[in-house]
Amino acid sequence: MDKERQQQAYENYVKKKTPVHNLPANMGKAFIAGGVICTVGQAVLNICEKLGLDKDVSGGWTSMILVVASVLLTGFNIYPRIAKWGGAGTLVPITGFANSVAAPAIEYKKEGQVMGIGCKIFTIAGPVILYGIFTSWVLGFGYWLLKVSGIIA
Amino acid sequence: MTKGLQSIAFKESPYLVSSASVAGKKEGEGPLGKMFDMVEKEDLFGENTWEEAESTMQKEACLLAMGKAHVEAKDVRYLFGGDLLRQGVATSMGVSELNIPLFGLFGACSTSGEALALASMSVAAGYGEYMLAVTSSHFGSAEKEFRFPLGYANQRPLSAQWTVTGSGAFLVGTKRSHVRITGVTVGKIVDYGLKDSQNMGACMAPAACDTIIRNLEDFGRKAEDYNRIITGDLGYVGQSILFDLMRGKGYDIKKNHMDCGMTIFDQMTQDTHAGGSGCGCAATTLSAYILPKVERGEWKRVLFVPTGALMSTVSYNEGASVPGIAHGIVLEHC
Repeated sequence: MDKERQQQAYENYVKKKTPVHNLPANMGKAFIAGGVICTVGQAVLNICEKLGLDKDVSGGWTSMILVVASVLLTGFNIYPRIAKWGGAGTLVPITGFANSVAAPAIEYKKEGQVMGIGCKIFTIAGPVILYGIFTSWVLGFGYWLLKVSGIIA
Repeated sequence: MTKGLQSIAFKESPYLVSSASVAGKKEGEGPLGKMFDMVEKEDLFGENTWEEAESTMQKEACLLAMGKAHVEAKDVRYLFGGDLLRQGVATSMGVSELNIPLFGLFGACSTSGEALALASMSVAAGYGEYMLAVTSSHFGSAEKEFRFPLGYANQRPLSAQWTVTGSGAFLVGTKRSHVRITGVTVGKIVDYGLKDSQNMGACMAPAACDTIIRNLEDFGRKAEDYNRIITGDLGYVGQSILFDLMRGKGYDIKKNHMDCGMTIFDQMTQDTHAGGSGCGCAATTLSAYILPKVERGEWKRVLFVPTGALMSTVSYNEGASVPGIAHGIVLEHC
């Protein structure tokens, strides 16, 4: 018990001693970085729709172009530099997801196509995929229950 | 012979005959850039992978250290080496060509101290004329092992440290030189229960404090008896914590403390946050910056205390704390 309290005291002391990023500044930068990425996406979407593609197909093209751009920027080591400034603003959009898949692919290529890229490409994105699918399953199940019980039409 | 609780004072102190440092590009651009024996402009060192690059650094450092003393590999009795990679492969792959009987070590970033302690003990005990101690770390291989692939986009916390790409090798022996290892203090594992692997300075500071005080008490010295007390890689956060811990125990080392992690990079221009870290941090700084000063007699006696944060990705993910360890090596001009 006494040891636990000592450890807690040290942890609190270290927390006070350790510098952290400025939260408002980081949020501002994230807002700008995320906003720019989404604006680019919106521009692509508008162009696709102007070219006469229907809404779904335009959305597909937009995602694809953003993903390819992010992968290329990761390969040229530009995306990590943007993320250093933009933080969560570069992490949350689809470009961040693409980066989290491309980066391990590049790093683990040296360990082979199967054991390297194959096994490790989703080391970072894996949890997002797993729990993303799981959450959508839970929500879908809830939706079905509500429908069957007649609560929603 | 043994001294105090954890230390050894050598009756016939072994000499630090020669040493060598090999460093990467970023280190070469830092404050110590011109002092390293070899700086490679390309962090792959002409190899295909980070791990091979790290092994090459170790081999080059060993060859340079032996070359400076005109000693051949066959004259070296034992080699004490270690690194940060799983199962110590950087050392195994790096030094295999040298054909020197090997002890593979792990002490996280304190490995240079562990290797020097064992090498000097072996020489002092008369088990051989020359021993080689070597350690290394590489930014690429360490990031991959402990954190994320290099291309992954994230923000490093301000308490994070930058793993040094570098290797230092030290030839310890009976041949006269201007530096002697007069004593060692082997450190204990000190665990204050901290679990933040991104704040290693805070994890290691208690161990550094413990070893430094142990050394002072075992040898009956005051902090002022050392021209410098040099920690391995506490960084800016760890140093301020060390000062507080030492003050709490009645010691003031502010005036003569130096930290390799704070010396090897320029925090303002090199974006390294809390400072350098890794086995290579303490080892290259010792070889390139500290030893020349002791050799010239600018510093008569220093206490070199490399510090290590003991953890693996598994222990960390399973919620274990990150204990620290530190070893003290007393270096004297002669």
